[in-house]
Amino acid sequence: MRLEPKPAPSIGVTLLFPVAAIAATLLFTSLLVLAAGASPLSVFYLVAKGAAGSQFALFETLTRATPLIFTGLAVAVAFRAKLWNIGAEAQLYIGGVVTVVLGTGALPLPAPILIPVIIIAVMLAGGLLLLGPAVLKTRFGVDEVVTTLLLNFIVLLFVSMLLEGVLKDPMGLGWPQSQKVIADAQLPRIIQGKRLHYGFVIAIVSAIVVWVIMKKTVLGYEMRAVGHNPEGARFVGIPVNRVLMKTALLSGGLAALAGFSEVSGLKGNLTLDLSPGYGYSGIVVAMLAMLNPLGVIASAIFVAGIFVGADAMSRVAKVPSYIADVMVATSLLTMVVAILLTRFRVRWR
Amino acid sequence: MTNTVLRLSGITKRFGPLVANDAISFELGRGEVIALLGENGAGKTTLMNILFGHYVSDEGTVEAFGKQLPPGDPRAALDAGIGMVHQHFTLADNMTVLENIALGTQSLWRPSLDRAAARERIERLAADFGLSVDPAATVSTLSVGERQRVEILKALYRDARILILDEPTAVLTPAETDALFRTLKLLVAKGLSIIFISHKLHEVMAVSDRVLVLRSGRLSGERETKSTDRKELAALMVGQEVKPAEVTPVHAGEPLLVLDGVSTARHNGAGLDEVSLTLRAGEITGLAGVSGNGQAALAALIAGTQRPTGGRISIAGQAVGDWSPRAALGHGIARIPEDRHAVGTIGDMSVTENVIAERYGSSRFSRMGFLDWKAARRFAEEIIADYDVKCPSPEARIRLLSGGNMQKLILGRALDPEPAVILASQPTRGLDVGAVAYVHRMLLAARERGAAILLISEDLEEILALSDRIVVMSKGRLSPPSARGERSIRELGELMAGHGEERSDHAA
Repeated sequence: MRLEPKPAPSIGVTLLFPVAAIAATLLFTSLLVLAAGASPLSVFYLVAKGAAGSQFALFETLTRATPLIFTGLAVAVAFRAKLWNIGAEAQLYIGGVVTVVLGTGALPLPAPILIPVIIIAVMLAGGLLLLGPAVLKTRFGVDEVVTTLLLNFIVLLFVSMLLEGVLKDPMGLGWPQSQKVIADAQLPRIIQGKRLHYGFVIAIVSAIVVWVIMKKTVLGYEMRAVGHNPEGARFVGIPVNRVLMKTALLSGGLAALAGFSEVSGLKGNLTLDLSPGYGYSGIVVAMLAMLNPLGVIASAIFVAGIFVGADAMSRVAKVPSYIADVMVATSLLTMVVAILLTRFRVRWR
Repeated sequence: MTNTVLRLSGITKRFGPLVANDAISFELGRGEVIALLGENGAGKTTLMNILFGHYVSDEGTVEAFGKQLPPGDPRAALDAGIGMVHQHFTLADNMTVLENIALGTQSLWRPSLDRAAARERIERLAADFGLSVDPAATVSTLSVGERQRVEILKALYRDARILILDEPTAVLTPAETDALFRTLKLLVAKGLSIIFISHKLHEVMAVSDRVLVLRSGRLSGERETKSTDRKELAALMVGQEVKPAEVTPVHAGEPLLVLDGVSTARHNGAGLDEVSLTLRAGEITGLAGVSGNGQAALAALIAGTQRPTGGRISIAGQAVGDWSPRAALGHGIARIPEDRHAVGTIGDMSVTENVIAERYGSSRFSRMGFLDWKAARRFAEEIIADYDVKCPSPEARIRLLSGGNMQKLILGRALDPEPAVILASQPTRGLDVGAVAYVHRMLLAARERGAAILLISEDLEEILALSDRIVVMSKGRLSPPSARGERSIRELGELMAGHGEERSDHAA
């Protein structure tokens, strides 16, 4: 088997491949569904219905997609510059910490001022958390995959320490949780009585802003150049290390926004189960979107839909909801293959 | 030459709208050396990749020793006794010569290599064909010439009867080239057949029995080497007569770039050792030398990618402060890098994105942090038109361009702002006759305009043809400069070999 590079595919083909990847994913996972003793068609129908079959389901999916958009954007930005940020989970939790530190009454400001202040502080904290690994990479050649990945565990333990100590809610009946944020620090719900909150709007706006940055600005150009060929970028006078620092700040900041949006828009306080792995799922989301910031919105909704739909399905069809993890993981693999096929032609013998 | 070992019939290969090979047929006889001559992009490498099974042709067949080869199967080509030495070597740097050669020839199920037998076989082959190399040496410690010998040994070890050499001399010193040619003679004497791909006419004349000339994917001529000459081959290759560049008398002006006792760290070979050099307006200074003697360090220094560890750089009379690629560009230094692919361009970005790469921050292409893509595209279109670049569109990824067109874009990017100082590092390496002449014309035009040019080249003919002054680099030190025609080739050769080092203290 050989791979031959082929010229850039047309937009139609580029859009066709994710669809084909999803079709292949359904085919593969239907084998597991059969093994679990259920009919694949009815299971997929139930997943789709659970994800988008009612107004409630749809809002639930969008709510679940919100943090994934942020972490997906964080990964897309970093990977574009070949800064392998595997630490979106840690940055997310730091975002949550900053939100409760500033949002539980320490800053008695009205909402229109308090929320922007918190957003800026959260992004700064997340950015600085990724700046460390970026500096270690550029200064000493330390692999950022290792440092960012390990920081996830360090930060989670750090948050655990805070929640058992200074941030512990005195009224929390001993649970490791923080106080609730004050009303002025809460993101309002988009529709009264539904869980979908303005974090989703901020996520969409962030995706558009990131798209503009990557496509239209000097920084985006520099990031892409550094990602494609660091040596070439250095030769033409692009300050490679500085670009990586800016990338780290942006990427870490976006991931931290996920933590802010979850605490401030949904949960109200910080707990150790704030994220069921949104930071890691962000990698899948970004890859499914082929690192395109606008594509991240679609892929985040797709991944969130599978999780939400699988929960609903498992209650009815008695197939474990772990099938969602299998579907998401399989879709990552099929997407990687699809991306490969858009770039190369495969020759068999 | 009666028994045919290889027959290609009607090979056609299309890449989209581009016809890379158009109904090409030829035969190779036992003990024959065929030279495949053609400009870059003429389809030489594509043809050989089809022959070797890397590509599948759209039409036509390949027959080796009377048996048709299944298309797209390098294994079958190997088994049929076809060996290929690629332009870019395919060796594992961290393994020994022996391991590289034996790699893949033994079953994976065997616990270990039969080193003694492999070693003996390699040494016998090396002795038979003048390919001296230490089987126990790690590949990363070998010179380029030695690596090539390992590649040839690799093919011979697999019992190759037909050897394909893709631009084998592009990376060799003159002495290494001569050694390679001697090896080829020995191989032919043992009955091997050779296809020698090149665009250097004098080499083709020196080694081949027969020359096939490719132009734009077609076989434009087939000649017995004895009954042709360089002029005819050049005409077949480019479709027209190529005139050598005309050099007008020199009007040397002000010193524009002065290095004063500059030293640097090592960089792809020797570092600079207290080098002093003056580049004057309206003058081309040629830097000759054997590769690895500090040319790369000097190029990196002037390009701004390497900082001096001692000494002073002055530009237009002013000592420079902090030194970086941006500083070099800011001081009006145009840079044509040695490696177009790894350094000069960003392959996966478009032509437009590449041509603005050195100036994207200027007010012409950006405002308030936003890029002006319309202006960038207009600039790309200008460069494409002015420098006669053949590319599908400014949006095409630059990786898809041929070497010559890539170099034209780099030239356009570097020369468009009318720079005062030009660093041209191996500007014609790997280019075809037409593109070489074009690069030379551009450099001479810049000289006319009053630019100070440093031409670093391993091609002594190029240095002699273009340079107003010649300096020779050896072990990180520079010889005193000599004016055009002052030193003979023999004298320059001696300087290149490192004699006359003592005198370098007097360098201007």
